[in-house]
Amino acid sequence: MSYVVTASPHLHSGDSTPRIMWNVVLSLVPVVAAAAWFFGPTALLVVLASVAGALLPERIWGRRSATRDGSAAITGILLALTLPPGIPLWMAFLGGAFGIIFGKLVFGGLGQNVFNPALLGRAFLQAAFPVAITTWPVAGGPWWGLRGDTFAIPFASPQPLDTVTAATPLGLMKFEHKGTPLWDLMLGTTGGSLGETAALVILLCGGYLALRNYLNWRIPASIFLSVAIFSGVLHLLDASRYPGPLFMIFSGGVVLGAVFMATDMVTSPVTHGGCYVFGAGIGLLVVAIRVWGGLAEGVMYAILLMNAVVPSINRITQPRVFGTREAA
Amino acid sequence: MRALLRFRHGVHPPERKERTAALETRRMPYPPEVVLPLRQHAGKPAIPLVKAGDRVERGDKIAAADGYVSVPIHASATGTVAAVGLWPHPDGSYDQAIRIAVEPWSAQAARPRLVPEWRGLSPREIVAAVQEAGVVGLGGAAFPTHVKLSPPKDKRIEALVVNGCECEPYLTTDHRTMADFPDRVLLGVRLMMKCLGVPKALFGIERNKPDAIEAIRRALPGDIDVEVLPLTVKYPQGAEKMLIQALTGREVPSGKLPLDVGVVVQNVASVATIAEVFETGLPLVERIVTVSGNGVRKPANLIVPVGTKLRDLLDACGGLSDDASEIVSGGPMMGVSQRDLETPVSKGTTGILVLTEAEAQRNRTYPCIRCGHCLDACPVFLNPQLLGSLALKARYGEMEPLHLRDCMLCGCCSYVCPSHIPLSQIFAAAKTAIRKAKTTEPAKAPA
Repeated sequence: MSYVVTASPHLHSGDSTPRIMWNVVLSLVPVVAAAAWFFGPTALLVVLASVAGALLPERIWGRRSATRDGSAAITGILLALTLPPGIPLWMAFLGGAFGIIFGKLVFGGLGQNVFNPALLGRAFLQAAFPVAITTWPVAGGPWWGLRGDTFAIPFASPQPLDTVTAATPLGLMKFEHKGTPLWDLMLGTTGGSLGETAALVILLCGGYLALRNYLNWRIPASIFLSVAIFSGVLHLLDASRYPGPLFMIFSGGVVLGAVFMATDMVTSPVTHGGCYVFGAGIGLLVVAIRVWGGLAEGVMYAILLMNAVVPSINRITQPRVFGTREAA
Repeated sequence: MRALLRFRHGVHPPERKERTAALETRRMPYPPEVVLPLRQHAGKPAIPLVKAGDRVERGDKIAAADGYVSVPIHASATGTVAAVGLWPHPDGSYDQAIRIAVEPWSAQAARPRLVPEWRGLSPREIVAAVQEAGVVGLGGAAFPTHVKLSPPKDKRIEALVVNGCECEPYLTTDHRTMADFPDRVLLGVRLMMKCLGVPKALFGIERNKPDAIEAIRRALPGDIDVEVLPLTVKYPQGAEKMLIQALTGREVPSGKLPLDVGVVVQNVASVATIAEVFETGLPLVERIVTVSGNGVRKPANLIVPVGTKLRDLLDACGGLSDDASEIVSGGPMMGVSQRDLETPVSKGTTGILVLTEAEAQRNRTYPCIRCGHCLDACPVFLNPQLLGSLALKARYGEMEPLHLRDCMLCGCCSYVCPSHIPLSQIFAAAKTAIRKAKTTEPAKAPA
C-alpha cells in the first residue's frame, strides 16, 4: 500500500482561479442582459464577436486549456461592454484578439500582464477606428433593429449610417453643456456603450463579487470617492462649467470601469493601501481628462495609466511586518 | 496588558473536530514493539545509554540529555532493546532510534516513584526534575520545557500564558486534556507559575471548546490568579505570537522571544504533562494523540505509549478505510505527510490524520493572478505574493530583507491561494537554501 505524500497545508479553501474568473463572468451576465434590453440583439452579437476574438488567440498561443480558466472570456465581455452598440462585429472581434495578444499573451499569459487586456483592446479600436467607436445610437427604437453597420465587411469603406445617432451624456455635457437627468443615468436610458449605461445593475453585480471576496471593494470605493471629491471641488468653484459629482460618477464608464475594469486582480495592486492609492489616482485622472482633456471620456486612459504604476504602488504600500515598525 | 481576544488576518479552515471532540480519552493496548527516536525534541538529540539485548522497564532512562537544550528519553514499555539504529522518523527522514521489543503479558507494572514529589522542592529543583523527566512542549514543536521555565535573570516575566487554542483542524488532544483532566492542567499551571515566579497566568482557549472552558473554570483554585480567556476561533490562534497578542495586546518584536514582552507560553498538553509526571512519578512515556480523518474507521483520542508505530496506532482505531490516501502526522495545516507506517509516534505528535482521496487536496496549479488573498491571510503581515515570485526565481537573497525569517510556515497563504501555489512549501525550501548558504559561505571566504 502506498500513500500520497504532499507538503502542508493539507487543507485548502476550495477557491480556484477558474472559479474566480467564472464567477466574474457570471456576474457580468446581468450587465450583458441589461445591454441587450436597451440595445436589442445587436448587443449580444457584439459580445459574442468580442469574446470569440479574445478566445481564438488564447486557444492558439495560450497555455494548455487556457480558454477554460475563464479569463479570456472576461476580457471579451468587458471589451464588448465598452463598445458602442452599432459597432461592426469584425471590429469587436479584432479588438478582442488585439487585447489578448498584445495585452496578455506577449507578457506571458495569465497573471503576467501589466495592462487590462480589455482596455488595451479598446484603446486599439479607438486609435484605429475613431469614428466607429464614437458613433452612439440612441436607446430605444425598434428592439430587433440593428444599431449600426453591424455586419460590415472587414476593412471595406464604412456604409453611411441610417440609424439615428445621439451624443452620450458626457458628449452632451462637454460639447453642448447639456445635462442629463440623474435617474436616466442610473437606469441606463441614455446613449452610450453597451455596458456603461445601467449603473445600478453594475453596482449590484459588483456587490455580489465583493461579498464573495472576488473583488476588492476598496478600489471602486476609492474611485467613486476620488471622482466625487475632485469634481465636487471644481463644481463648487464654478458650477456652470463643471458638472456635479453625481453626474460625474454615473455618466460614462466610471461605474463599469471602477467595478469591473480597475478591479482586475492581475493589473491592480495587491496591498490594501495600494488599492486606495490606485483608486484615488484613477478618479483624479478621470476628472482631469474629462474636464481639461480633448476627450469626453477618460476612464479607459485613467485605468491604463494607473495600471502602469501598479508595481510602484505595490512597492510603496507594503504592509508593516508583525513585530516591526517597518514595511516588508 | 489589554486582552484583544483575537489577532489580525489568519484563515478559517473547516474545523472537522466533531468526529473526536466528544470522545473521552482512552488507553490503547501496548504494541508489540516501540521505537523511540533519539531526536524527539528541539535541540541536541539524546545520547543512547542502552544496547541491543538490554532489558528495560517502563520509565527507565534509555538515552541521556546532551547538554542543556536537550532531554533524556525513557522506555515507554517494558521489554528488551532490539536494536539502536536508523528508523523512519516522523519528519520524513531516517534517524537514530532505540527499538524495544515489548514483553507480552508484562504487567507494565507500577514502579517506585522515579520523579520526586514536587511538594518541598525549590523552583530550581522542579525545573531540574522536569528536564530529567524528558518533558518537552507537546504542541508540536517539542521545545524542551525546562528551558522555557528558566528565563534569563535579566528578563522580567509578568505572566504565564497557557495555550489551549488548538487551532489546527481535526485535533482534539488539548481539548480532551482540558475537559478530562482539568485538575491536572491546573496543577501544572501552579507548578509552572512557581518555577517562573509569576503572579498571574493567562489561559487562552478558543471559543469552540465551551466544555473545556467550563471544566477549567470550574476547577480553578482560589489561591492562584488564573484568568481564562475565550478567544476567537481562527487559525493560527495557537501560534505563540498570535496568542500573546490576543491575550495581552502586545506584539512580540520580530526576531525576539515571548520573554521579551514579559510572558512565557506553554501548551496546555505540556502543562498537564508536568503535573502528570509529578503525580504519577513516571517520566514522559505516553501522550494523548488524536486519530481522525475520514480514512480511519474508528477515530479516537488515545493515550499512546511514545514510540508506538503508526501501524499499531491505526490498528487500535479500527484500521484504514478503503479510500484512505494520505497519512499526516500533526494537524492538516502544518502536519507532515507520512510515507511509512513503521514511523513511530514521538513526543511532539499531536495527532495522526488519515485523509481520504476527497480530503487530500491535490489541485492543478495556475499562475499567480495577484489577487492579494495571501496578504490578507498572513498573520505576520508578510507579502507572500512577492516572496513567492522571488523564491521561484531562486532570488533568495532578496527575500531576507522582506522578513522571510518571520514566516512561521503556518500555511495560511497556501490555504487561500486560488492558484494553488504551494507557497509555504516554497518558503520552507527558501529558508533551507538560505541556511545552507550561510553555513557554507564562511568556509569559502578567506579568513
